[in-house]
Amino acid sequence: MGLLFLAGVACLLPFVFSNFRLFQFTQVGIYAIAILGLNMLTGYNGQFSLGHGAFYAVGAYASAIMMDRWNVHYGWTIPVAAVLCLVVGFLFGLPALRLEGLYLALATFSLALAVPQILKYFEHWTGGSQGLVLSKPNAPFGLRLNPDQWLYFVTLAVLVVLFWLAANLLRGRVGRAIVAIRDNHLAAEAMGINTSLYKSLVFGVSAAYTGVAGALSASAIAYVAPDSFNVFLSITLLIGSVIGGMASISGAVFGALFIQFVPNWAQDISKAAPWAIFGVFLIVFMYVMPFGIAGAIRLLWIRARRSRVALSPEPRETAATRAPSAT
Amino acid sequence: MTFTRKVLAVVLAVGVAVASLAPVVFAQTVVGVTATEIKIGNTNPYSGPASAYGTIGKVIGAYFKKVNDEGGVNGRKINYISYDDGYAPPKTVEMVRKLVESDQVALLFQTLGTPPNTAIHKYVNQQKVPHLFVATGATKWNDPKNFPWTMGYQPNYQTEGRVYAVDVLKKHPNAKVGILYQNDDYGKDYLKGFEDGMGEAGKKMIVLKQSYEVTDPTIDSQIVNLKNSGATVFFNITIPKFAVQAIKKAHDIGWKPVHYLNNVSSSLATVLKPAGLEASKDLITALYMKEVTDPQWRNDKGFTDWVAFMKKYYPEGALDDQANAYGYNVAMLMTIVLKQCGNDLSRENIIKQAASLKNVELPLLLPGIKINTSATDFAPIEQEQLARFNGEKWELYGEIFDAFRKN
Repeated sequence: MGLLFLAGVACLLPFVFSNFRLFQFTQVGIYAIAILGLNMLTGYNGQFSLGHGAFYAVGAYASAIMMDRWNVHYGWTIPVAAVLCLVVGFLFGLPALRLEGLYLALATFSLALAVPQILKYFEHWTGGSQGLVLSKPNAPFGLRLNPDQWLYFVTLAVLVVLFWLAANLLRGRVGRAIVAIRDNHLAAEAMGINTSLYKSLVFGVSAAYTGVAGALSASAIAYVAPDSFNVFLSITLLIGSVIGGMASISGAVFGALFIQFVPNWAQDISKAAPWAIFGVFLIVFMYVMPFGIAGAIRLLWIRARRSRVALSPEPRETAATRAPSAT
Repeated sequence: MTFTRKVLAVVLAVGVAVASLAPVVFAQTVVGVTATEIKIGNTNPYSGPASAYGTIGKVIGAYFKKVNDEGGVNGRKINYISYDDGYAPPKTVEMVRKLVESDQVALLFQTLGTPPNTAIHKYVNQQKVPHLFVATGATKWNDPKNFPWTMGYQPNYQTEGRVYAVDVLKKHPNAKVGILYQNDDYGKDYLKGFEDGMGEAGKKMIVLKQSYEVTDPTIDSQIVNLKNSGATVFFNITIPKFAVQAIKKAHDIGWKPVHYLNNVSSSLATVLKPAGLEASKDLITALYMKEVTDPQWRNDKGFTDWVAFMKKYYPEGALDDQANAYGYNVAMLMTIVLKQCGNDLSRENIIKQAASLKNVELPLLLPGIKINTSATDFAPIEQEQLARFNGEKWELYGEIFDAFRKN
């Protein structure tokens, strides 16, 4: 019921807020999808990535090139970007199997560094450092929505479908296997889980999610350029993941809200040192909510329930309240 | 909250209009202007990979503060709102939409960088917001037919490349030409301008083109290759770090071509002095601004005024950074346009006035360089003059080259 209420609120936003605010909420939706992909990989499976900006860029460019070169409808470019990133992510996941923890983080970081330069190399397709200018999609079927409203609904729809898929994937048998690999690699293998296949697959799915987010961003911004996908994007996504709550699905939305709005607030507070203010926000959040915003909400919820039921059993430790085990 | 603020603003505006016996009748699209204020929006990279340019956004703010301290423009104060976009186009789109839709600025001014401006190009023209004097050297901003709300400022790289080509053809018609360029849009724009300027003759005269990546550690081997090609004219399209290397290396291996150095690296403080004044002797470049580290301007009124301004309004800004002179000049041009608008600050009139500048001279432009715009010419500065380094300062020579006059 709570979910229905949230969906209702989300559908009402376009008729309450200005187009500019709506554009910001569309960005939040896009970031949330990307962060959910990262959460699956890092939070649930325990593989670190500092390079998800690269998959975001691949998704965005795949969509942009299809629209620019072959006039493909933007709607079709989204699944294509997803499949492409799934394959790229899976292939990158194979060699990454040999790398653990910090080493994997560095390997993925190199991906984030390399992609913007590689994009410039294929100038004929990517437009070099000038990038590709696209046009914003209009609402179809004569719907009386402006492009901002329409893009918001498209993003919201994609977000709901992807979150539903992720919830089903992570709460079932596959999800338990993914978490088991994170918690104890050897024990998971002893139980008959094909760890290398699972790890590569999670990498692929995670990249696909982030690629979809990139494809949506290409339409929302109506422009792609290598400068849009610098190293900072990867780090921003990781910040969103950690702040929102790494091993949680709803955390992706909180993380997206954080990376969209907090840098702007920081700039409003101090023009001279906005990043110092942002840093303070980060530290405060990490200190007050060590399991991310989603983890904090869950803890509060459990505490509230405990105080209501006098003799309740010890709350079961859930995936969301646990940090990924260090490797 | 913004809503209540808006209501308050409307109530106040109505109150003021009623109170004054002669209420001002505004044209239809007057946005961001009140009886006491003009809102101007800007984005600059205060953080991120291009943050060295952020000083331009700051010096512009300092200049507008000076204007306000002196009473503003036609009685209105300038409210300059500048946001950080980190040189990331998606952030530029967000910040510019904030400026246009939420802050409701009258116009956008000096948004910085080619990719960031490309990202907002279509949007600002759909919204019909004046997008004035953008801070980029690309060629595409002078397109009033398709983008009637966007206007460039500085001479573009292609124009400058053409200036050198004309000089080479005139003075060294039988030379062998070697070129070193950075392998990106900046380098290729210069190269295109130069090759276009050389025309058919260029195919025979250009004997070797060498490129480098901005990430390369050194360009020594390219210089050696150029020397071995037998080139007698060298067109050097490099950013300061590599310009220093190229000048030094050529000097060290005893290669003495006629050396054309692009304006990007014409600073005495950051290029010629580190490369060695002796090695830099006889370099040729094209200038449109007074080089602030060049001793010949020490007593120039434009220069001393700028130094006094910097000391009073932007003391933390560097006096050997040409970007601070650049921002000072362009902010002054903006003020001139606003003054010219008089009391009609509708968006239509702002762009109209920006497009009718006649022989405007700015204190830190070279003497004789004039700014002209028209309804079909959205490229304010199109003139440059060649200069030779005499071991101490840039010595201007020849006449002022005008890209439009095609000399």
